[in-house]
Amino acid sequence: MIRLEISRIPWVQTLLRNRWPQFLVRAVTFSGVIFTILAGLMGPLVGSYNFAVIFVWIAWWTALKLFFIPFGGRSWCSICPIPMSGEWLQRGGLITRAGKGWGMGKRWPRFFRGNWLQAWGFIIIGLFSAVTLTSARLTAFVLLFVVLLALVLSLIFERRSFCNYLCPIGGFIGLYAQTAPLELRVKDPAVCAEHTEKSCYINCPWGVYPLTLKTNTDCGLCMECLRVCSKDNIAVNLRPFGEDLKSKNQFRLDEVFLGLVMLSSVLIDSAIFLGSWGDLKSAAFAVGSIPWWIFVAAFLLVSLGILPGLYIFAVWIGVRLSGERSSLKQALSNQGQALIPLGLMAWIAFTVSFAFVKFSYVLPVLSDPLGLGWNLFGSAHLAWVGESTPFTAFIQVIILLVGLFWSFLSVWRASESSQPIKQAIPMIGFCFLFTLSMLWLLIG
Amino acid sequence: MESLTPLTSVKPEFQPFKRWQGFVVALVVALLIVFLPFPFLSPAPSARIFRIEASNFEFSPSEIYVNPGDRVTLELISTDVVHGLSLDNYGISLSAEPGQPAKVTFVANQPGIFRFRCSVTCGNLHPFILGKFQVGQNTLLWRAIAGSILIIGFGFWSFRK
Repeated sequence: MIRLEISRIPWVQTLLRNRWPQFLVRAVTFSGVIFTILAGLMGPLVGSYNFAVIFVWIAWWTALKLFFIPFGGRSWCSICPIPMSGEWLQRGGLITRAGKGWGMGKRWPRFFRGNWLQAWGFIIIGLFSAVTLTSARLTAFVLLFVVLLALVLSLIFERRSFCNYLCPIGGFIGLYAQTAPLELRVKDPAVCAEHTEKSCYINCPWGVYPLTLKTNTDCGLCMECLRVCSKDNIAVNLRPFGEDLKSKNQFRLDEVFLGLVMLSSVLIDSAIFLGSWGDLKSAAFAVGSIPWWIFVAAFLLVSLGILPGLYIFAVWIGVRLSGERSSLKQALSNQGQALIPLGLMAWIAFTVSFAFVKFSYVLPVLSDPLGLGWNLFGSAHLAWVGESTPFTAFIQVIILLVGLFWSFLSVWRASESSQPIKQAIPMIGFCFLFTLSMLWLLIG
Repeated sequence: MESLTPLTSVKPEFQPFKRWQGFVVALVVALLIVFLPFPFLSPAPSARIFRIEASNFEFSPSEIYVNPGDRVTLELISTDVVHGLSLDNYGISLSAEPGQPAKVTFVANQPGIFRFRCSVTCGNLHPFILGKFQVGQNTLLWRAIAGSILIIGFGFWSFRK
């Protein structure tokens, strides 16, 4: 398996070992989130002129899906400002641990572990997306709420419990980070096994023991283990895309559920934001009205009924066709790997038409972030009506087809029976159906 | 001595290049899917007039179908606040106030699917007020579907024993 240990490169090593570069970047992102909250509360009411809406839902959300996740895995989590203040309190210092720190350090309840709450969080975001994505005030309140929630939870629970179990974006990133060409792993497992101090685990804000890392899902790339490992046994590697999906790691059902929620979310968001159905947009926007409740029912039906139902049906048929006696639960977990490339590429294809067209709003708000009539960079009046081109549509087709092929490979690898073709066919049919749906929504 | 029968068969591996003939065939089919002209017959061009009502948060009708070469007239009528209409790739932009419709005529000389979108900030969902303008057949969608089928076929072929 090809790996390039980039943490051996001297300047990279210096950059990763020193806590200051990361602290400075996080200071910038933390200032950014504070400024975004202020801009959302004090800036123009019209979403397309407000820094908060444009920077959170156009710039950051796009950068996350097109850059951070596909190339850096959980790299965003390493500079995320949301849990920063809680982390300072937990360790009693801004950069390094000083004294005992604050917080009760309780363990997160076992019942709420896994990705279940993150998936539900994503569903809730989806139910209110038409309002949140267009309202500056609401965007600010959501950010403020999330920052305060992370802070409060860090005072009650140990380490980054909020990120691990509650943050919907953390779940989104963790799931798709498995495809990324960047990983943190131990160099030699034997060295870790003999090392009794376990300084890496003790200092990991995420509560991860690096020796047990098999995928990128749980590692927030904070680099604390690399800094404290006295044996120099932690490596940051470049690797081919999707290496985690090639391993024999069995998925958990909560990961499968999260993957399915992501698929339904991208379908529904494509219909709302890129479709031409005015009634759907109005229903999604009119929170509390009867049309909105119908929208909620339809959203939940797709997310919790139709898509999971089709998935379960496809896996069940596959198990029956293959004649294996493996349990349905095990097969559901195994085949879940296919949802990752399928979902990631669908989100990227969605983002291509969503963000590139809306990029026209970024430059004006950069020059006048608070709507006070400023023209800081001379781009305050540069707004134009963005448009998608035939090339955009072509790129989206390519991205979706790559996702289909990638998921095909994952289905095949996950088919453990002696009749892999028979087991794989229904699930490949599921992936094909999903791809057709996305094609219809994006270029139909 | 009794011969041993394997309990499980060997799972085929992904070998897309093992038989190069198949790979070349897939490549040729892919090129045909991308470049082969579609044998759709287009009716003779005619004059088409569409009255589009713009309101929060929709165009009505939101989907317009014309034939290549049609002389298209779009009349934009705003029913609540000022709305705009910008048609992707055609460089057409209209703006209408309530009671003051705006009109534009052009030849639909670019086949494909194009979005038209509101070009005047009109409310919260303004960036997402969209319509579809289809000129001729949506060949890209058909090509994409054919590409999906090819990918699945190629996948199965690559995993043969």
